Formats: sequence, structure tokens, C-alpha cells
Amino acid sequence: MNAAPLVALVGNPNAGKSALFNALTGARQKVGNYPGVTVERKSGRLVLDDGRPVELVDLPGAYSLDPSSPDEAVTRDVVTGGSEFERRPDALVVVLDAANLDNHLRFALQLIALGLPVVIALNMVDLAERDGLVLDPAVLARELGVPVVPTVAVRRRGLDQLREALAGAVGGGGIRPHPRTLETESVLQRRARNIASAAIISETPAHRWAHWLDSVALHPVMGPLLLVAVLFTMFQAVFTWATVPADAIDAGFAWLQTQIAAALPDGFVRSLLTDGLIAGVGAVLVFLPQILILFLFILVLEASGYMVRAAFLMDRLMAGVGLSGRAFIPLLSSFACAVPGIMATRTIEDEKERLTTILIAPLMTCSARWPVYTLIIGAMIPNMRLAPFIRLQGLVMFGLLAIGIAGAYVAALLLRRTVTKGASSGFMMEMPKYQMPRLGDIVLGLWTRTLIFLKRAGTIIAATTVVLWLLLSFPKLPEGSAVSPVDYSIGGRIGHGIETVVKPIGFNRDIALALLPAMAAREVAVSAIGTVYAIDDKGEGGEARITDKLRGRWTLPTALAFLMWFVFAPQCISTIAVTRRETNGWKWPAFMVGYLFAAAYIMAGITYWLAVFAGL
Amino acid sequence: MDMSLPVRAALTLEKLPRRQRGMVAAIDWTQLADAEARRLRELGFDEGVGVEVLHRAAIGRGPIACRIGRMTVALRRAVAGAIHVAVPAA
Repeated sequence: MNAAPLVALVGNPNAGKSALFNALTGARQKVGNYPGVTVERKSGRLVLDDGRPVELVDLPGAYSLDPSSPDEAVTRDVVTGGSEFERRPDALVVVLDAANLDNHLRFALQLIALGLPVVIALNMVDLAERDGLVLDPAVLARELGVPVVPTVAVRRRGLDQLREALAGAVGGGGIRPHPRTLETESVLQRRARNIASAAIISETPAHRWAHWLDSVALHPVMGPLLLVAVLFTMFQAVFTWATVPADAIDAGFAWLQTQIAAALPDGFVRSLLTDGLIAGVGAVLVFLPQILILFLFILVLEASGYMVRAAFLMDRLMAGVGLSGRAFIPLLSSFACAVPGIMATRTIEDEKERLTTILIAPLMTCSARWPVYTLIIGAMIPNMRLAPFIRLQGLVMFGLLAIGIAGAYVAALLLRRTVTKGASSGFMMEMPKYQMPRLGDIVLGLWTRTLIFLKRAGTIIAATTVVLWLLLSFPKLPEGSAVSPVDYSIGGRIGHGIETVVKPIGFNRDIALALLPAMAAREVAVSAIGTVYAIDDKGEGGEARITDKLRGRWTLPTALAFLMWFVFAPQCISTIAVTRRETNGWKWPAFMVGYLFAAAYIMAGITYWLAVFAGL
Repeated sequence: MDMSLPVRAALTLEKLPRRQRGMVAAIDWTQLADAEARRLRELGFDEGVGVEVLHRAAIGRGPIACRIGRMTVALRRAVAGAIHVAVPAA
């Protein structure tokens, strides 16, 4: 059986390859408006008008066949047939940003010279026109000797014509350019410029609003202020906007708990369902609104083109610790989740810089830690008003985020002087045009995130919660015993074992119990504490909320030490796994786990004892 | 000296006043690391291309944003210092 012809989408970064891939295959690849959204190959299926299937691969953007970062190497290997994971494509769709023709054509010329059948997708013609640029695709096709199809991938324009041209290219009857010896970069560059100027019909000065935006966003004073305002609004919104939906979810689970408690007789099943599953999973699901609001902000920032502006503003600061502004993008994404953040470091050219960024990414407070912070802060820190708009709880939250960032900064400084020493590779980045984020892409991104979160809640979080519940429920307390049911259980005994290690930093039995399952997913710390108290309080018959129980059992120094522990320590299993994959071995993940645990232990210890001596 | 092309000597992109349109006169490749030089070429920096400084980042000696061809590119000052620029005499 013949495999379907393989067609690869190639082109410069941020030319819109993934948007075109999604439009052609109906896939839901992540798209964004900054160079380097796609860092690995993705494949999908497309059916030509004559019914022939074609396998389409979406490749990371590259500037040339001479790769300077790991993601670009993937692209070079696939199109030259040197990839061990992928056969050589039967044809290429070269995606060009119509507004950046003179630059993107150089890579296109290199690709055409490879001798594979090529179809050019002249993408984002609408934006080029918005910029006052009118192009003649026919001139371009004549000069390049390959078919040229104007497209607007995000608005699905030009797709039929592209499929048609593709049918010709993979049919064998298409125009097959002669393989040519590669000319030098500057000869190619000049040819590219000549072809581009031949294809330009008219050119009027670019519109002004993007200039005006940049004159604020990149302004020496207003730029940084705007960035701080954007980040502040983002974190503020996570806490203020989420209250209503979060309370609704909370009420929903409480109702479910009472319904089940009323419907089932007291016993194993009822306790498993109410104390185990609902108390555990519910405690985590409450945070879905917060996580979605955070993702909403990050998706909008990514889609608008602001990310690279932020990287520009941050470059000087990052250079201070031997990194560059480029590292800012993966680090900001790590506030949502460190796993995609670590994958996004593939766009960083310098190996040592990339490694450093990976190692500090877990210090950005990922969304999975927010439930832990919110719960503890909500229960233990009084919400007094310090000034208009500033309350103590919010301040502590910002403090924790800031400590994580400061910790990352110090860690990068130390790492770059020791284990990841090396020269800086500099900072050079193309700034994308501003674009209005498309509602569909944002909704899709949020929906994908919701599914991931629900899947985690339904699998990892539910499973660890149930295991913990089992460990905490058996063996059953003998009738009339005065010991707490938790202390008597297997889980309780394990907890007491761990407690001896963490007692010096002020942790109690409940925290000791929560630490282990929190490695599976950090949110489990919340559900674990929920489960512990649900079982423990059986005797008193209390159905009080977790927050009230915390207030009764924890001291303030313990709570602060626990928060500090979470700033630094327990990366989840997924983070460790992705670090192993991205660094090709166990050495760096082991190092990362080691240094972060040490930092967590020391910082939590310092916090505890300072708080104790301060008389808190 | 050829007076038909008035060139302010020793003006680099690093020193080019904001919003002053210039043209890349020469690039001192020897000042640049291989990777830097390649990326610079890939972004379209070449003799004879129009260039303009749009913004300079504030803190300390931060990077600069410039327009090259139809693209906006951010680069560090050290790299900008290797790019010699010719401007029409005022």
C-alpha cells in the first residue's frame, strides 16, 4: 500500500503556518502572534478535491536551512530528508508573510532550490493591504517558477486554490524546479529583494496606529509602566473576577455532598464518595475559573503581538543574569504551566541559556499552585485593608509571586556563573505586527485548557485523592478509642514518619501527608488536606469548610512556611518528565529537583523561625 | 572623497538618532559572533537596505528596536554598533 503523499508547511517564523495548517486539516494547533509558537512537527490529514488523501506536516518556523536553534533543526532535517523520524516530503507549501516579502523570499528561494515541488502560500495578504502594500502574485509566480496562491489562513481565504495547486504539485505532473546549487546568503538576499520589488504593485506608507501603539509600548518610561500595569491587571483579575463562578462551583459540590449523604446509608461507599472524591476533586475544581482567567490573559498577550514587546523591555533585566529577553516569553507562559513553558525554550539559540531557562521555569508560580496559595491565604491571613485597593491577602499573594521571580533571578545568576556558564548569545528578535486576537482562537485555547484541567481532575487528582482516602481510612479505629482516626490509619503513620523530617521547618502531620501526593499534581495538596480533615472530623460530625478547619489547626508560622515551601519546591511529575525529554537525560531533572528541594527546605525553615521569633 | 554621497563618518546604528532614516553602509562582521552575524543576515541586514531606529529601551543600555526593510527587529546595542549607517546630509 502506498502511503499518502507527504506535504510539509515551511516558512519563516510567524508567517502563519500553523493557522494555515489548522485551516487545511481542521486541526486545532496552537497559533499565536510571535515567532516560535510551534516548536515541534505536527501532522494532520487533508483530502484533495479529487479525493486523494495527503499527509500535511506543520514545521517550526526557520529563517534558513542553517539552523541556529533546536526547533529550526527539526525543519532543516525534515525538508532535506535528513530526519530520522520523518520521510522526505513529496512537496512543500512555502508560507510567506505578504507584508515581509523581501525577507521571507530568501528562505523561499533556498527551499525552491532543494528541487521538491513547491507551492507558495502568500499569506496574510489582508494585513499587507492594511499596511498599504498591493502585490501581484502572477509576477511572483513567474519570477519564482512555482505556483503562488494568495491566502488569509485565519479567515480561510484562498484555501480552495491552494488545495488545487497542491493537487498539481503532488500529482507528479506539477512543475518541479531544478535542484540548484545554493548561492551565498547575500546573493540570495539581493535576488529576494529584486523579486519582491518587482511583485509590489503599489506601496503607501504604513498606517499610523501600530506606530502609535509601539511608541507607547516601547517607550523608555511608559513601556515598562504599561508592562507592569498589564501584569498587575492580570494577577488582580485572577483573584477578583473568579470569585462569583468559584463560589458557584463550591456551592454545587456542597449540594452534591449533602444529596449523596442523604441518599446513601453511612458507610464505606458514602464516605468514599463524599469525603474522598467530592471533597478532593471539588476542592480543586473550584479553581478552574481562576486558571481560565489567567490563560485568557496569556492567550490574548500571545495573539496580539505584545509578547515580543515585553521581551524587548525585559532584555536589559534578563541580561543582568546572563539571559536574554527571549527567555521572558517561556517564563511568562510558565505562570500558566511550566510544561509548555519549558517546551517553548526550544526557540532559545544558546544551549546554556536554554538550560538555565528550563531550570528556573518551575519558580514561576504556575496556575496549579494558585489553589494552594489561595486556600492557605484565604484561611490564615486576615483580609485587612491597608490602602485603597490594597488588602493584606492580595499583598501576600503578590509577595509570593515576587519571591518566586526573585528566586528565579538569583538562581539564574548563580547557575550562569557555575553549572551553565557560557557567553551570552545576545538578543535579536523580529517584532510581529499587532493583530486583534481572534475570539475563536481564544475560546479554543481556553476550551483545550478546560479539557486538560478536567482530565487531570478526573484522573490524577481523583486517583491520588482516592488512594489517600483509602490510606487514611484503614485500619478502622477501634470502638471508643480516643485517638484521631487519621493518626490510627496507615496514611497517618506514614505522615508521622515524614513529619520527623519536616518538623524542623514547622510542618505538621497534615502538611507531611499532603506533600507526597502533591508531587503528582500540585493542586492535590489542597484536596489532600480536604480529605484529611473530612475524615478526621467525623467524630465531631463537622461539615465545616476547609478554611475553618485550617484556622483551628495551623499556626501562622506554619502556614507561612508551607506557602514558602510551595514557592520553591515540589515541581509536579510532568515538569520533571518534560525536563528529562528536553535535556535528553536524567542529569538535569535530577539537578533541578535537588536544588529546588534544598531551596524550599531552607526558605521554608527561615520563614518559620523568623515568624516564630517575630511572635506571629 | 566622493562628495555625491554625503556620509557622516563613523555613524553606527547604535548612534543613529531616532526616526532618522538611513541606509546600511557596511556591516563589520568581524565584531560579531558567527551566530549573531548569521541571524543578522537572515533578518535582512545587508548593505544598501533602508534602516531607522524606532525605540531605545530605557533601563540602562537596553536593546534598540529598528525598522529594517518592512520589518521591525529588536537587537542589542553591541550588535547595532557593528552596523554602519549612511544618512543623507541635512
